[in-house]
Amino acid sequence: MTIRTQACAVSDTARGDTHPTIRQSGQREVFCGLTGIVWLHRKIQDAFFLVVGSRTCAHLIQSAAGVMIFAEPRFATAIMEEKDLAGLTDANAELDRIVTQLIERRPDIRLLFLVGSCPSEVIKLDLSRAALRLSQKFSPSVRILNYSGSGIETTFTQGEDACLASLVPVIPPMGASECSLLIVGSLADVVEDQFTRLFESLGIGPVEFLPPRKSTALPSVGPNTRFLLAQPFLADTARALEERGAQRLPAPFPLGVEGTTAWLAAAAQAWGVDPAVFEKVTQPYRARAQRALASYKRELAGRRIFLFPDSQLEIPLARFLSRELSMELIEVGTPYLHREHLAEELKMLPVGATLSEGQDVDLQLDRCRAARPDLVVCGLGLANPLEAEGITTKWSIELIFTPIQGYDQAADLAELFARPLVRRARLVA
Amino acid sequence: MQLTVWTYEGPPHVGAMRVATGMDGLHYVLHAPQGDTYADLLFTMIERRDKRPPVTYTTFSARDLGGDTAELFKNAAKDAYDRFKPEAMIVGASCTGSLIQDDPGGLARSLGLPIPVITVDLPAYQRKENWGAAETFYQLVRALAGPSAPAPGKRRPERSTGVRPTCNLLGPTALGFRHRDDIIEITALLAKLGIDVNVTAPMTATPADIARLGEADFNVVLYPEVAAQAASWLQRSFGQPFTKTVPIGVSATRQFIEEVAVLAGIDPAAVLKASASRLPWYSRSVDSTYLTGKRVFIFGDASHAVAAARVASDELGFKVVGLGTYSREFARDIRAAAELYGVEPLITDDYLEVEAKVQELQPELVLGTQMERHIAKRFGIPCAVISAPVHVQDFPARYAPQMGFEGSNVIFDTWVHPLMMGLEEHLLAMFKDDFEFKDGAQPSHLGAGHAVPQKQPAPETTIENVISVPAAIWAADAENELKKIPFFVRGKARRNTERFANENGVATITIETLYDAKAHYAR
Repeated sequence: MTIRTQACAVSDTARGDTHPTIRQSGQREVFCGLTGIVWLHRKIQDAFFLVVGSRTCAHLIQSAAGVMIFAEPRFATAIMEEKDLAGLTDANAELDRIVTQLIERRPDIRLLFLVGSCPSEVIKLDLSRAALRLSQKFSPSVRILNYSGSGIETTFTQGEDACLASLVPVIPPMGASECSLLIVGSLADVVEDQFTRLFESLGIGPVEFLPPRKSTALPSVGPNTRFLLAQPFLADTARALEERGAQRLPAPFPLGVEGTTAWLAAAAQAWGVDPAVFEKVTQPYRARAQRALASYKRELAGRRIFLFPDSQLEIPLARFLSRELSMELIEVGTPYLHREHLAEELKMLPVGATLSEGQDVDLQLDRCRAARPDLVVCGLGLANPLEAEGITTKWSIELIFTPIQGYDQAADLAELFARPLVRRARLVA
Repeated sequence: MQLTVWTYEGPPHVGAMRVATGMDGLHYVLHAPQGDTYADLLFTMIERRDKRPPVTYTTFSARDLGGDTAELFKNAAKDAYDRFKPEAMIVGASCTGSLIQDDPGGLARSLGLPIPVITVDLPAYQRKENWGAAETFYQLVRALAGPSAPAPGKRRPERSTGVRPTCNLLGPTALGFRHRDDIIEITALLAKLGIDVNVTAPMTATPADIARLGEADFNVVLYPEVAAQAASWLQRSFGQPFTKTVPIGVSATRQFIEEVAVLAGIDPAAVLKASASRLPWYSRSVDSTYLTGKRVFIFGDASHAVAAARVASDELGFKVVGLGTYSREFARDIRAAAELYGVEPLITDDYLEVEAKVQELQPELVLGTQMERHIAKRFGIPCAVISAPVHVQDFPARYAPQMGFEGSNVIFDTWVHPLMMGLEEHLLAMFKDDFEFKDGAQPSHLGAGHAVPQKQPAPETTIENVISVPAAIWAADAENELKKIPFFVRGKARRNTERFANENGVATITIETLYDAKAHYAR
């Protein structure tokens, strides 16, 4: 199999100049990167996430999930106390004690992440050294890595980026004679399985996933690794993979029929798949997904939508909502705008769509109220207050916890936006 | 460092938020990184509040740390004043905010805002949510009511005759367990006694209301966790006595009425005679005989746990087999109550320790927080929630106080419904040999989702190993005999028999051992 290199991905015309961008700094109403633990610990099933932080961190994680998960979760917080702040030597000794206690308690754990938090960053507790020290102690049965999920460094989904980036250095190397496609970013298992079948039908492979379902089944990476980002928030992970010689295949993200097709096509092109084969393999999936989307399009077409910044999925979502469901974009907020990874997306956004990067939540709420959108996508702190003002909302966190990627989830994704509108129309009292 | 899986209480600044969010016209400016804004959803989602909490977070980032975070704070406070025009402001820092030592109080004062600005300094690495709420409320009361305190040594003027006595209701906050309905219930009860409520605080109060707390004749402390400190200060500064009884349960409510009557100088006889709860009669009605001696485990904040133990023991005839709290500040109250029931007090905020205790005690009913609901669900034990922390379903649409006579009715229903009804238990025993009666048949009212404890769910952890490894082995015929015992008491019979065998050095459990043990443990 030969691998062709993709032509230059980012053209200068795609630099977003056609989209006015609001940049404000003020209160940001977003989660910190620790929140990623809520889905990452479900994805990597033999990994444990130990936050080194404060009571606030512990409270955040259990509150952000909306409901507590029964049984003992595969995450916990080492809550720092007054004496840990006084001396870092003691803090390190305490951390060793906690990790030893944890590993004794959970002998099934193969990978332990020490997750940095705002307080651990501010007091400069060096978790990378702690991870190294503890790795030596517990190797080979447990591997110990570290990353920061702190709110002063990361916003919400950036926690996953930091986590995956910390995995990259321990990914085994792949020989120069081998090649592979690596799908990067957490996807629901059902979505992974669908994509695996599709790539197989297209003759693309071997295909591996980061993160893996088991930490003992890490993918390998080498100069002939081509990778597709499944999520738009993986700047550091992509950079780390590129440093290992892997090459990113520029593509939009696999949301909606169009996004999924273009995403698959990027891999097909790199693998030299005959366009006729690509057409033949994907056509039934596209047709089925479009059929499923049709009724939601009737519901959503022409509706005006306002997206508050949250997960960095906002731009791909806006592209899907405007192009496949004919919704009108009022403002598309994103905590960060990674112009390179989103280049393909920005090209597809309707000209003139207003973007906003960063946030001053009070000013943004003013704009939102003035615009009277039909639907607002926002976090849990804002949703009920806006509903009480008569504005229909969709909780953005559901877009992270629900399988939305790929052909067979395109209609599910549309339904998430249609449901609040349908509901509001039904209620008379 | 403390290894924590789930936490009963949030950090102290969340306590301050509960005070601020319960009030009107107060704004909280919090020096905190962006992730701390998660706390808004506690109020908007769990409590379904229709407004954002009145909190401005500075949301500083790593980039700001090298620059001027103090300026950031001042701008945030200034903008918050301009936008929200509060009557008063509290300022402080979250756990991370406190590490950068920017002195929010000093910075806010330097702005010269034309409103009272109160600093709440909450040691985030030592204290927790309830302490934070209590401290914030106390600081607010001192700062706002303090200026109208009489000179030291000056006595309160006597109330003129013909004027109705007044009191303040202290302690309710946002996100409190049934605070919303307790206020209504107790206000109505006091009205029947001829007592007016001057101010209810912090929930429903404005800063101006706080300033006139001193006008009342006495204080009713509904939630000591939040109000005890403020009430003591009001007593010292204004000579206002305060109530010590938390009116949860019929006997505590009656005691509360008598206590209040003394403080107000009124005669409670008519109200005591007229006011009735259905609890005492329901508890005496014959269907309730099956409640006798039901083994109950109680855990929550100290006031609710102590009150629950009293109701469980004295008013429902349960047997309290475990009593605990996560509020270390009120450990003494729990120790005293535990002594009353002859149980070991459990003072911990470690969820896993509570879980291990429930597993060890195998109670027939758990009364706890939402955490204990999870524990109980895992072990297939019926459960009712009696205390914060609570979840969205604990903010019911209907009126459901815990306090007063209606609260007692609510308690009877919510504690008894998870259990099998007396008649049902009786019929299950009668039909246990019927071929159509399946062993795992569930009480009809619990539905399919409610796990029947057919077997102990295997914990993922090693807790079980530490608890007990039975040394005695069951003979086949004894095992068969055990199956004839109704499933809902079979677990207890198995454990008792094993304990009996182990204590008596019996290696093989026979039918005889089973009945020996039964006789040994007979009530």
